[in-house]
Amino acid sequence: MVGLVIVSHSENLAKSVVEFTSMMAKEAVIAPAGGLEDGTFGTSFERIQHAIESVYSDDGVIVLMDLGSAVMTTEMVLEMMEGQKVAMADCPLVEGAVIASISAVGGKSFEEILQDLDKVREMKKLQ
Amino acid sequence: MADSKLVMEVLKRIGEKIEEKKEYLTELDQPIGDSDHGINLARGFGEVEKKLPTLEEKDLGTIMKTVGMTLVSTVGGASGPLYGSAFMKIGMAWGGKMEISMEEILAGMDVAVEAVKQRGKSTVEEATMLDAMVPALNAMRTAAEEGLEKKEVLEAGCRASWAGAEHTKDLVATKGRASYVGERGLGHQDPGATSFSFMLEMVKDSL
Repeated sequence: MVGLVIVSHSENLAKSVVEFTSMMAKEAVIAPAGGLEDGTFGTSFERIQHAIESVYSDDGVIVLMDLGSAVMTTEMVLEMMEGQKVAMADCPLVEGAVIASISAVGGKSFEEILQDLDKVREMKKLQ
Repeated sequence: MADSKLVMEVLKRIGEKIEEKKEYLTELDQPIGDSDHGINLARGFGEVEKKLPTLEEKDLGTIMKTVGMTLVSTVGGASGPLYGSAFMKIGMAWGGKMEISMEEILAGMDVAVEAVKQRGKSTVEEATMLDAMVPALNAMRTAAEEGLEKKEVLEAGCRASWAGAEHTKDLVATKGRASYVGERGLGHQDPGATSFSFMLEMVKDSL
């Protein structure tokens, strides 16, 4: 199953997004990487790296981020993991996490989930 | 011109300066960002300082790469990956060296500028640290080509860096959180351009 990582400046937010996905995709392999070691807001290279490793398999890992340094720091982790099957998704965090976790549990591939997440970016809430 | 002992001294002084200016940098960040630039950088350089004793006798590449990795893991905000990438790229340029010339310092600044541009997908005139870094590098290069002494080269760099930081007051940010406040950011000096200027000042004072 494709693994998922939720990167946020806030430890609570990352954990809550993970918790939220269990509503519809309890079996998802998903890890939070939020906040800094000392409990303050921020994104940590090490936390992101460890979270990716914790859910990694040959099926790959997709990372969803909030904003700013979450994106840049994840980018750096991915550069270090060159050759491994890891990618960032460019989509809203909560909506993306819900859809990705359902798709992963449903057995979709790394590429298919990334395509689903591309659609999430364009998804309208109000018609 | 500078050996690893001196570079470690510069790093230590940068840490002290950032700690001293922590409140000021955070104040600058308050109207346009998330009020954490000074606190974040001080935490990062505090961790760098703890690592310095383990880096004695190491080559400059290893020292700079370690600084970069430490910043990206402990700063937390955007300045973590930005300065982190800059230090890591300098580390790659200085790999294996125990001493560097002014030419190599300029080459290091050059890769640092490129690293920040690439990581932040940004360029000059966008109210970021690049508005201090790029003019500083250009001024230092010109001064070096004119054959000026290292002190004068660094003085020229610092003057250009502070002028660049001042100039960010006239710019509307299009990158980072400052872009969310748009024109309300006018009149505010960019914290990243300011912290870079403090760092360069420490290089000047130590060499």
